[in-house]
Amino acid sequence: MNRELYGKLVFELSRQGRRGYRLPDNHIPDNFTPADDTVPEIPDNLLRRDALTLPECDELTVVRHYNNMSTNNFGVDTGFYPLGSCTMKYNPKINEEMATHRAFTRTHPAAPQQDVQGNLKLYHTLQTYLSEIGGMAEFTLNPFAGAHGELTGLMVIRAYHDSRNDRQRRKVIVPDSAHGTNPASAAVAGLEVVEVKSRPDGTVDVDDLRPLLDETVAAVMMTNPNTLGLFERNIPEIARLAHEAGALMYYDGANLNPMLGIARPGDMGFDVMHINLHKTFSTPHGGGGPGSGPVGVRAGLEQFLPLPRVEKIEAPDGGEAYRLVTESTEALGAVSATLGNFAVQARALAYILSLGSEGLMQVGPLATLNANYIKESLKDDYLLPIEGVCKHEFVFDGLRDKSTGVTTLNIAKRLLDHGYHAPTIYFPLLFHESLMIEPTETESKETLDSFIEVMHDIAREARETPDVVLTAPHNTPIAHPDDTAAALNPVTTFTL
Amino acid sequence: MIKYSETHEYVRVEGEFGFIGVSDYAQKQLGNVVYVDMPEVGDELEAGEDFGAIESVKAASDLIAPVSGEVVEINEALEENPRLVNADAMANWIVKVKIADPEQLSELMDEEQYAAFCASH
Repeated sequence: MNRELYGKLVFELSRQGRRGYRLPDNHIPDNFTPADDTVPEIPDNLLRRDALTLPECDELTVVRHYNNMSTNNFGVDTGFYPLGSCTMKYNPKINEEMATHRAFTRTHPAAPQQDVQGNLKLYHTLQTYLSEIGGMAEFTLNPFAGAHGELTGLMVIRAYHDSRNDRQRRKVIVPDSAHGTNPASAAVAGLEVVEVKSRPDGTVDVDDLRPLLDETVAAVMMTNPNTLGLFERNIPEIARLAHEAGALMYYDGANLNPMLGIARPGDMGFDVMHINLHKTFSTPHGGGGPGSGPVGVRAGLEQFLPLPRVEKIEAPDGGEAYRLVTESTEALGAVSATLGNFAVQARALAYILSLGSEGLMQVGPLATLNANYIKESLKDDYLLPIEGVCKHEFVFDGLRDKSTGVTTLNIAKRLLDHGYHAPTIYFPLLFHESLMIEPTETESKETLDSFIEVMHDIAREARETPDVVLTAPHNTPIAHPDDTAAALNPVTTFTL
Repeated sequence: MIKYSETHEYVRVEGEFGFIGVSDYAQKQLGNVVYVDMPEVGDELEAGEDFGAIESVKAASDLIAPVSGEVVEINEALEENPRLVNADAMANWIVKVKIADPEQLSELMDEEQYAAFCASH
C-alpha cells in the first residue's frame, strides 16, 4: 500500500471539481417559493450562502484512502492485545449477529412499551443474570461506561445516606492502587477522596484503613482482584469495619473477569457494584465506546437506582410482560436518555447465553492460567516486584537488568515492531517502570508462547544491541510522535 | 540550604523565604512535564498538604508542601513552558513561600539523606 499517497486526510486528497458520483439535475428552480404557506419559510439567517467545503475525490481514491486507513488500525481481530486492566478479550461474532438482528435494529427508543416487549425482556433478562453473577438484588443497565457506572453507584450511595438524614458522610476511601476513574468519579459525585495505602504485598493495609473509618465516610471503593492482579484477602474484615462505621462498600467491576461464576462481590460484603460489559462480557472495547457500565445494588437499595427501570409483571392473559418504571420519589432520576446502550446489552446477553453457566465458570481459571504462564515464563528477564500467584493480570517493574538504559516505554514500542499491541505502561504508579500484562482467557497457547519469545528477544536485544530497542519502533506507519508537544499544543483542526 | 521531602519536593531556603519545587529525581521519574497547576499568590500552604499538581506524559501527581507558609510568588515561566522543570528542576522552582515555621525544616532530609532515600526506593 502507498501510505504516502493515500494515508493523508481525505481533505488533503481533495481536488477541485473531482467527483465520484453526479447527483441528478435539480428540477427545482433557484427562486422557488412554495405555493401555499403550509411549508414554513427557512429563516434568512439559517440559509447557506457559501458552497459546502466537502472533500472532492474520485471513488477509487476514496476506496483506497479508507481501506489503507483501516489497515492502520489495531484491534483484537488483528493481533494479541495484552493491555492490562482492559480485558481485551475476543468479541465473538455471534454477539454482532444477535445485536444487529432487525428485530432490535428497527425498534425506536420512544416506541410504545407494548411494541417493544422483546427489548424490555432482553434488558430484564440481562439485569437478572448480572444480579445472579454479582450477588446483587437488581442492576440498572442505563450507564454508558465504567466511569459512568461508578458515578451512578456513588450517587446511589449518596442518596442512601441522604435518605437516612446522614448528610455528613461525604468521604470516599480509595486505595492508592485504584484506577484513576475512582477518585475522579467520587469528585464528580461531590465527594471527597481519601487515599488508603497498600502494604508491601500490594493489598490494602487494614491498619491504615481502620483509623480513617468514621461517621464522615460514605463508602470504601475497592477493586478485587486489585490493580496488581492480586486478590484482596482481607475483604470480609474490611467490609465488616466499613459497615460498623456506617459506610457502604463499593465494588469496581473492572477486574471481575477472573471471578466470573466463582466468587460474587455481593457475598464478600459489597453493597453497590458496577460491571464493564465491554471488558468482562466481550462487547467491543476501545476507541471511545460505545461501552456499558451496569450498576448493581444489594437488597434495600433498589429504590435509589436511576430511572427508567424495567419491571416484570403479569400480563392480562396470565403470561409475563414487562413495564417501564418511570416515576419514583426516591430514585436518582435519569443517568441516560433511555435504557443505556441497548445494542451493547444485546451483545452481552448473547455472550452469557452462548457460554452458559459452565462456560462462564471457565473464563476466570483460563484467564488466570494464561496470566501466570506469561508471568512465570518471563520473570527471569523482567522484574517481578510481588511474587506469588496472580489472578487475570500482573505487573512487571521493567527489565531486571537496569544497566542497559532500556525502559518500559522502549520495550512497549519494540513490541509494536512485532505486531503486538503494547501492554499498559507506567500504571499502576506503585512502581517506576510498570508494565502491566493481561492476556485474557481467549488466547491460545501458541499466541502466548510467541509473545513470550518476543519478550525474551527484546530483553536480549537490550543487553546486546540496546540501540535497536532504544530507537524502536522501526516498522510502524508512525514511529516517534512528539507526545509532549501533542499534550501541550494539540492540533485538533485542519484548515483547508 | 536545600531540604527534601519523602514525596520528592525540595525547599531551598534563602533567609525567611523558601523556594519549593520538585527534585531532579522526581522530574526524571515523571518524564516530560506538560502542565504545572500552581496556587495563587497569597494562598497559605500547609506542610504535608497538596498545593497543586504536576502533570507529565506519564502521570499527574499532587504537589505536597514540604513546609507551611504563605505563597509570595509563583514561577510564572512554568505556565508558558512547563518543560523547564525537566531542563533544570532545581533552578525552576514552582512557588516561593514565606516560611511560617522554620522548625519544620528539621523534619526534612538533607542532600545526602535524600540521595540514600532515592537509592532505596
